Parts: sequence; structure tokens; C-alpha cells
Amino acid sequence: MTSTAAGWRRLHPLSPLVRSGRTALGVLALIGITATAGLGQDGSHLYDGLAAALVAGGAVVNWLVTRWRLDGATLCIETGLLRRDSRQLPVARIQAVDVVRPFLARALGLAELRVRLAGHSHADGRLAYLPEQAALDLRAQLLAAHHGLDPATPEPAEAILVRVPTGRLVGSVAASSTSLVAVLLVAEVVLVIDFPRVLAAAGGMLLVWLLGLVPLLWRRISLEYGFTVAQAPDGIRIRRGLLSTVAETIPRRRVQAVRMIEPLLWRPFGWCRLEIDVAGSAGRDRAEETHRTRKALLPVGHLDTAWQLMRLAIGAEPPALSAPPRRARLKAPLSYHFLAAGQDSATAIAVTGRIRKVTTWLPLQKVQSVRLVSGPVQRSLSLATVHLDAAGRDVRAEFRDRPAAEAARLTEQLAALCRTARQLTG
Amino acid sequence: MRCVQVTAAGLAGALVAGAAAGLAAGGLAGVAAVAVAAAGALLALWFVRRRVRAWSYTERDEDLIVARGVLVRRLSVVPYGRMQFVDVTAGPVERAFRLATVKLHTAAAASDARIPGLERDEAARLRDRLAALGEAKAAGL
Repeated sequence: MTSTAAGWRRLHPLSPLVRSGRTALGVLALIGITATAGLGQDGSHLYDGLAAALVAGGAVVNWLVTRWRLDGATLCIETGLLRRDSRQLPVARIQAVDVVRPFLARALGLAELRVRLAGHSHADGRLAYLPEQAALDLRAQLLAAHHGLDPATPEPAEAILVRVPTGRLVGSVAASSTSLVAVLLVAEVVLVIDFPRVLAAAGGMLLVWLLGLVPLLWRRISLEYGFTVAQAPDGIRIRRGLLSTVAETIPRRRVQAVRMIEPLLWRPFGWCRLEIDVAGSAGRDRAEETHRTRKALLPVGHLDTAWQLMRLAIGAEPPALSAPPRRARLKAPLSYHFLAAGQDSATAIAVTGRIRKVTTWLPLQKVQSVRLVSGPVQRSLSLATVHLDAAGRDVRAEFRDRPAAEAARLTEQLAALCRTARQLTG
Repeated sequence: MRCVQVTAAGLAGALVAGAAAGLAAGGLAGVAAVAVAAAGALLALWFVRRRVRAWSYTERDEDLIVARGVLVRRLSVVPYGRMQFVDVTAGPVERAFRLATVKLHTAAAASDARIPGLERDEAARLRDRLAALGEAKAAGL
């Protein structure tokens, strides 16, 4: 990192190498393959080499024109040669801070710092790459400033709460619906081999599908390998990853909702998965991340661990649950089994789903809107559903199939409770 | 609240088209086609009327309530402080009737507070009032 005028700083000089690393490696592999196969005609390597040089050159220019500085309560990032992009990230608006280390960066001792703000992932601030220690220091500074402390405050100590054993992670992936599909496909392929004439064509298709499923399962393991949840005064810290690692820090007051998911296949083991919702983007982010992993608070764990983590994330005790009236069974014959909901003055909790049981718990101060919905079947049974929406897509607690009168009262009451909860926290 | 049935214009168009097609076919088939088109238009008109009548909104001190739906009844309570931005749109048909649609956006994708068929002045008043209240009561995420 070189300092320039007025506190502006550069990224690490090796960043272009890491950034173009993947492409360069790909091109090199291509050259290697064509050379060994003897396919390359005269000059064809020249073009490949030129393409690689162009990518590398672009990365170097990008490094040259990128600079950043932490200016009191704002992180400023400037980048772009032709289209100048100057970004101001107010520290108070931070939703989460991630330190991401792709494989190549890890080998060189570098890390990317990613500052998540509310809204689309384009709004995120990214510093790729910084030396590892610099990235950690900057994270500590940002989080300290976010909590209104002096940025020079050293990073507070953290207490590790949960570590997911590799065996359990593999087991959970093996007991997932994707694996079930894979097993079914294998069975079909075996069948096809037994009766080659009947389904010869279909067999090929099945094999292709099967090959598509394997990387899916592998990704899940590699992304959530070594999953660790720790509690620090500046937030909840999540570390994960096998080849490339990610360390996320989510300030506790940024938690919009927590969800506990218990798929049918996991229930015999007493396992569940926890997801956490932050207003920042949870969308697809490059190739390395998926929607699912970015939300995980616990990829797989026992119920009591999960409850403990949920209490920590929300910072309260769960309210008592009550089931909808028995006549709701007519409208929801299957899911009635688990259907329940409850609220107190600070939080609301709701359970839905039969095969995939989902418990959503959210603090009322984060609720964006309250909705009362009643369909034709519900109305004939005088039932209604109350939705509590939090920031994001499909982040909500549903008080499903409550008696109509109670639902109307609940809507009014929840709207008032949310108002007071909001005022209390400012 | 006043709501005018914008869709009625579209229906009249469909009716005319249906009738024209029927007349072109000529004879008994033509008469039947005109009758079917008319019946369809009336039925659709009835649906639209009910739908429009069910749509209502109430401005309260702290929040806006939007109720809508005939078959599936929906009621949304959106606190002013949670509002991210207000959209006022007017399509070509709406513009022809001097109408506009006001839509409230919160950080939650599901919050749905859309009020169609407002007169243009009322839409502008509502927009300004919502924007002012949103500013005054704004709450962080």
C-alpha cells in the first residue's frame, strides 16, 4: 500500500495479479492443451497470449487508478479510468463487513474487504486486495466507527460459540433433497444399464444431470467448510470456506430476521439450519457465492445450539406460540401440524411449513409493513393471515390462518407495537 | 376516495372490435358474436367495478392503510417512517382521463401499497404529503 496525497491509499501492488489470475490461468491452460494436442496453428498462441496480456494490462490500469481513504466517518473509494467512479460509504450505514480471501489471494497473503450497505450489491464498497492484516485493521476501524467509538479502538476479543464439524456438514449435505435426486438418478442409471435397449437415450441424459449435481453438492461443502460462529462486541462473526475463505461481521442491530429451517430429512437427526437476514444484498455475488450461503448463520446444527444462536442474534427470549383454531385444518390440512405464531412487545415469531418447517423470528422495530390477507377459502372459515414484512425479498413472519376477528385486532396491535418499538430504539 | 374505471375504455374498445368482427361475419353468427361480446364486456365491467370499489386508502397520523381485493382481501399498513420513496405513474390511458397511480415503496419487497386511479391533483397532494411525512418520521433500517 502506497500512500499518496491527502491520506489517499492504494491497494496492494499484487492485486492485479490476483484479479486477472483466474483468466490468465485459463488462457495458459488453453495454450497448454492446444500445444500438447498439436492443434495450434502458427500464430494462434500469439492471440491467446495477447488476450492474456490485455486482461493483465487492464487489471494493472485498474489498480493504478483505484485509491481509497477513511475520512472520519466515511470510507471513500475512487476507481475507473474512463468512467470515474467515486464512492462515499458512510460508516453509520454499514450493514455488514466481510473479509473475503479467494484461493490465490490467500496464497499471497492478501484479502478483499467488502462493505455491505442496504440495497443492491452494486452499492457495496469493495477493496480488492489489501494485505491481510491491513484488511483486518480496517474492518476493526470501520466497525468501531460504526458503533460511534474512536476508530483507533483495537478490535475487541471474540468468543467462539459454534464450530460445525466437517462430518456433520457432509452428513447434512448427504441428507439433502439434492442428494436424494442424485441417488434417484443413480438408481435410474442402473436400471437403464440393466435394460439398455429400452432407455438408452434417456440414460445419457440422466448421466448429464448427475454430473451437474455433483458440483452443486461439492460447492455446498467447500463454501460452508469449517463454519465458525463467534460473538464479539462489534457483532456476530461468521467464518467459513475451504479453498477461499470468508469472514463476515454483522452488527447485531442490523439483524432484520432469523429463520430456522428444519427439512424433513434432517428432523430424525435433530438438525436444523439457521439463516439470518440483513438489509444488504443477499443476491448472487460473483460465481463464488450463492444466495443460500450468504445468508447462513449456521449451515447445520442441533436445535438447542440453534435456539441459543437465535436468542443471541435477536437479543431477546422468544414469545410464547399459539396455534390457529382447529377449523384451519380444513384450509391447510398438511401444514396445520406445525402452524403457530406469537408476539410480545419486542419480537414476533411464526412457524409454517410441513415438509420444510420454517420458524421465522423478527424484532418488531425492523418491521416495514403489516398486511392482512384473506382468501376466499379463508373467509368462508372466517380466518385471515397477518404478514409482518421486514426489509428484503420474502423476509416476513406469517401469522397464518388466525381467526378473522383476532387477525384484525392483531394487525392494529402489531402496527402500534412496531411504532413503539421503533421509537424506543430511535 | 374517487376512483374512475380506466379499464372501461379498454372494454368499450374490445366491445367495438367484437361487434365489428361479428358484423363482418354476417348473418346469425354475426348476431351471436355481438351478443357474446356484449355479455363479456358487461361481466368484465361488473368485475372491474367491484374491484375498483374495494380499493380504498386511509391516511392516519403514523401510517397509511391501503385496502383492496374482492376475492382475496388485502389490507396493508405502511408506517410513514418506513417509506423509502413514492412513485407517481400515469400510463397513456390514465393520462387521457387525467388520472395517476401512487405507489409507496418500503425496503421490504412484499409491502404493497399501490393506489391506482387517483385524480392527478389528489395524486400530487398525496405524494407531497407522504414525502413530507416520510422525511419527518424517517427511521433507519
